[in-house]
Amino acid sequence: MSIDRDTARRVAHLARIEVAEADLEPLAAELSAILDFMEQLNAVDVEGVEPTTSVTPMRLIQREDAVTDGGCQEPVLANAPDARAGFFTVPKVVE
Amino acid sequence: MADLTDLSMAGARDGLRSGDMGAEELARAAIDAAEGAATLNAFSMITPERALEDARAAQARIDAGDAPDICGIPLGVKDLFCVEGLPTQAASRILDGFVPPYESTVTAKLWEAGAVCLGKLNMDEFAMGSSNESSVYGPAVSPWRRAGEVEPLTPGGSSGGSAAAVAAGLCLGATGTDTGGSIRQPAAFTGTVGVKPTYGRCSRWGIVAFASSLDQAGPMTRSVRDAAILLRAMSGHDPKDSTSAPREVPDFEAALTGDLRGRKIGVPREYLVEGMPSEIEALWTRGAEMLKDAGAEIVEVSLPHTKYAVPTYYIIAMAEASSNLARYDGVRYGRRAKTGAGEGITEMYERTRAEGFGPEVRRRVMIGTYVLSAGFYDAYYLRAQKVRSLIKRDFDTVFADGVDAILTPTTPSAAFPLDSAADSDPVAMYLNDVFTVTVNLAGLPGASVPVGLDAAGLPLGLQVIGRPWDEAGMLDVAYSLENASGFVAKPEKWW
Repeated sequence: MSIDRDTARRVAHLARIEVAEADLEPLAAELSAILDFMEQLNAVDVEGVEPTTSVTPMRLIQREDAVTDGGCQEPVLANAPDARAGFFTVPKVVE
Repeated sequence: MADLTDLSMAGARDGLRSGDMGAEELARAAIDAAEGAATLNAFSMITPERALEDARAAQARIDAGDAPDICGIPLGVKDLFCVEGLPTQAASRILDGFVPPYESTVTAKLWEAGAVCLGKLNMDEFAMGSSNESSVYGPAVSPWRRAGEVEPLTPGGSSGGSAAAVAAGLCLGATGTDTGGSIRQPAAFTGTVGVKPTYGRCSRWGIVAFASSLDQAGPMTRSVRDAAILLRAMSGHDPKDSTSAPREVPDFEAALTGDLRGRKIGVPREYLVEGMPSEIEALWTRGAEMLKDAGAEIVEVSLPHTKYAVPTYYIIAMAEASSNLARYDGVRYGRRAKTGAGEGITEMYERTRAEGFGPEVRRRVMIGTYVLSAGFYDAYYLRAQKVRSLIKRDFDTVFADGVDAILTPTTPSAAFPLDSAADSDPVAMYLNDVFTVTVNLAGLPGASVPVGLDAAGLPLGLQVIGRPWDEAGMLDVAYSLENASGFVAKPEKWW
């Protein structure tokens, strides 16, 4: 099994997903099964193979460096679960 | 005319132009059909007022003689596309209440061309699934049933609502998206046509992102001609998507000739997988014969890295998903979980994401996080990107040898019952994508076209894979299959 209980806890925290202590064991088993399946790739000889960075050989297009949008505070905040006085609000971050 | 919504898009276009019917009449028929099919759960939202308003505007353009092909055609939109002012939540709880203040480029093109917006369509949560069962709206149900049975079947996924709506005649066409087969597999399961274009053909701007290097939008319709019409309307360069290609969009419909003389079609031996039903194998052989009869030369080809495609795909897709879905943090949009006294921002993030994402999405985000984490990046993600290069190279080699298109089955089985996957393991579900993920990994265009029925009376599809940017040639091969198979089966109405 590639993922144990502690690794599952660490991954869940890195992904910022709350997992109850009691659920860590089954989660570890589930994630391990998927990772074991992925380990098939270890059988492939990838010596000297470049990783794919883009499937279409295309130069990244750069647009003109100009302001094309903005000044739309209201629509930007319209979907926030808690917006006040023109800001997104979050629980207190600094003491 | 009770069955206006059974018309092809091409037929409706011609009927609207000749005045045989009005756009509003067609829109009303579609609204009635959609509202009468609640059992199928294909729509997450029906927009009758908007549809009638669009239809009246379309009629004015038709009357003025200024009507593009899709003007006045009622379409459904997968819930992954942002439509300004319409709730869009990618079938996820975490986007509960989200109303986009902007329009996706693809849908903007449709409305500019006069299409009628009928509503939003059900799908798997964040397009992650092959059965539409991970949706917060509950599963869409296929209009198809096994002969003599009433057990509900999946329309496939993730574009399951799109497939069900098109197959049941609730709309004339629909948009879908395809990251690993999410257009082609549901098309195959529902006897409809689904096209995943070359990566970069359709703008991804305004489409909720799953795996950015694999995602493409595409049309879902009841005929190849309709797919050609809708694909043209959806395609084109968009400065807002840096991976969108600055290329001319051909007239795909004009390229449908049904004459394959001088064309070489490859049949890859690696797609003959263990456990594939003999009916699918027989259909595949018959499909190759149909293409031969249309004048094509059939050659056996080899794509040796095919067996590694599914694990490669899932590593890359989950890695990209974990990164893309990091934005759902309960701050800027969507749902925020309640936190107690003494809890801070980390608890807020973690609980929001635990409550907002369903089990499959949580699983994928965590695996994606793991394969990108320090110490595992090289072993999983980097290795997968290298195998991806080998998979792409397989196709490059075949095309360099003069093959114009490749013929494969679309799926390893016909549609399966809803709930049958819930108790099986995720990996078994991932194997549904065995024939479709290679196309996304290599950025190629792929189309699924219905070619026959299995012994239980369920549709089966074949997949045509084209050269990069040769959707026109690919669709012509699909058109030949459609003509030769004479597939006209429709689900019998029970809903």
